[in-house]
Amino acid sequence: MVSPLIRIENLCKNYETAAGSVPALVDVDLQVDEGEFVAIMGPSGSGKSTFMNILGCLDIPSGGSYVLNGTNVGTLSKDELAHLRNKVIGFVFQGFNLLPRANLTENVALPLLYSNIGRNEREERALGLLAKVGLGKYGKSFPNQISGGQQQRVAIARALINSPRLILADEPTGNLDTHTSREIMNLFTQLNQEDGITIVLVTHEADIAAYTSRLVRFRDGRVEHDGAVKAEGVLT
Amino acid sequence: MITPMLGEAWHAMGANRMRTFLTMLGMVIGVGAVILMLAIGQGAQFQVEQSIASMGSNLFIVQSGSSTSGGVRMGAGAASTLTIADAQAIEEFPNVAAVAPVAPGTAQMVYGPNNWSTSVIGTTPSYLDVREWKLSSGFGFTSTDVRSATRVALIAQMVVTNLFGDEDPVGITIRLKQSPFTVLGLLAPKGQSLDGRDQDDTVLVPVTTAQRKLFGSQFQGMVRFMMVQAASKEAMNTVERDMNDLLRQRHHLQEGTDNDFTVRNLTALANAAAQTAQVMSMMLGAIASISLLVGGIGIMNIMLVSVTERTREIGIRMAIGARQKDILMQFLLEALMISIVGCLIGVVLGVGGAVLVNVLAETAVVITGQSVLMAFLVAAAIGIFFGFYPANKAAKLKPIDALRYQ
Repeated sequence: MVSPLIRIENLCKNYETAAGSVPALVDVDLQVDEGEFVAIMGPSGSGKSTFMNILGCLDIPSGGSYVLNGTNVGTLSKDELAHLRNKVIGFVFQGFNLLPRANLTENVALPLLYSNIGRNEREERALGLLAKVGLGKYGKSFPNQISGGQQQRVAIARALINSPRLILADEPTGNLDTHTSREIMNLFTQLNQEDGITIVLVTHEADIAAYTSRLVRFRDGRVEHDGAVKAEGVLT
Repeated sequence: MITPMLGEAWHAMGANRMRTFLTMLGMVIGVGAVILMLAIGQGAQFQVEQSIASMGSNLFIVQSGSSTSGGVRMGAGAASTLTIADAQAIEEFPNVAAVAPVAPGTAQMVYGPNNWSTSVIGTTPSYLDVREWKLSSGFGFTSTDVRSATRVALIAQMVVTNLFGDEDPVGITIRLKQSPFTVLGLLAPKGQSLDGRDQDDTVLVPVTTAQRKLFGSQFQGMVRFMMVQAASKEAMNTVERDMNDLLRQRHHLQEGTDNDFTVRNLTALANAAAQTAQVMSMMLGAIASISLLVGGIGIMNIMLVSVTERTREIGIRMAIGARQKDILMQFLLEALMISIVGCLIGVVLGVGGAVLVNVLAETAVVITGQSVLMAFLVAAAIGIFFGFYPANKAAKLKPIDALRYQ
């Protein structure tokens, strides 16, 4: 029996405000196995973004445990967390978050800058991934010269550059039209099915969640529903 | 690791050219000013040192005291209390290298159609030793010339130029106050003295000749002053005390009466002048360094703005695996690059400015590799020092806060 890629137990997160401690996550338990494709939904303020941040090692929980890929994240130093983000996790954001001054090749290769890879190999791998996401010809272009859908493809290529086990996508289609959203989701599906990469994505849209195989719904900082994606009815 | 980061820093500098340029300008002006000021200061120092070297080393001037006649007190040197015999007695001290009695005056010189008024120094052969003055051609007069008061002269460069033009003066007879003098030798050029007089506008003749045949002193054997050279710097105090005692004894001065002569330590005066020049040089450098400091503050200011502007970029970098030290290094390198490039331009402008000052103002400037290196190191240190705070601020951002920053 292989251990799950993500094992979360009794996870809590409180935000300290002037008015006192505000709980954002309360006793969350969740396991995600290698190769799963999970959608996280929930209304605004339900804690799903906080959950994603903790999942991505960008934020630290107030309590409970989070084991990623066999490592207890709670015991890691800042540098070790950075290492995890660099090697094990790939991020895809709603706003693409590319560096405007760097060309697409440099953007895709950026994570390699922090993992001691030589210049030639950086370029080679970046160009390979740009080709994989269908932008092989745009290596020298800059983010403001291509469309939003293309920018998101570049961001996905960047997320893939260190061959991560896990891709975390925070509303990756939130800024895209329906047609482009579909293309991006097809790309995610392909990555999940062909390359076996575990994907966790946050979305507001039921038809985006429909691409995944498992739905986790948050409400008021707790997991309200966790199960297979079946019909539209589940998603309301 | 460092090479791609340098490339990134270079990119970042190019991203906002105007701002980078203005930030850099602070460093350019600072470094340029330091180099220029040091060049001017050290130039002045160099000139003073040159003058000191031309004066001779370990020197005393012993001057006759004042005289009082009918209640009117005359200035120093008026009393003619010093004699050539005093000079000879002082020369006996083991710590005294040479003594040159001096009877100065002014005389009109004539050669052919040209004439020139110049200062005449009646002295002994020791004068050349004391002043460390070399002959560029011919030879000096001897103690025999002094004994028999022969009409011979050593002339300096300025006099040669004015009387002879291009002609070789050695062996030629000129007239000094109507008396014929044979030019024995030509003094090597010496330049300005500390007080700005042209030392090359002078004629040396035997002291006896000056007194008996040129100026007709009423007290034969009396001299206005004498120059005494100690054998070493360490011996100067001893020599000063010995001379004092000896002259008091020779002049039969009672206990409690004032000296009828004064002893001045020229070397001490010269060293004071050199020190003044050095202090001035340092002050110029220090004042210029203030602009360097201001330039550094400018860098810090802009780097802080830059960190705030690029908070989101920092967040992205952290999200994809940049460690704190990577972010720190990135911003530190940027600050360092601005200061070093600014410094390089500053060095070029500073050196150029110094050359310009040298040519236009005809002021001596000295640019040492040391001052350039120092300016460079200070600039680098400023880049690191003033770059550290903003860079550290960037590195200490929380990934999630940086990423959410709008």
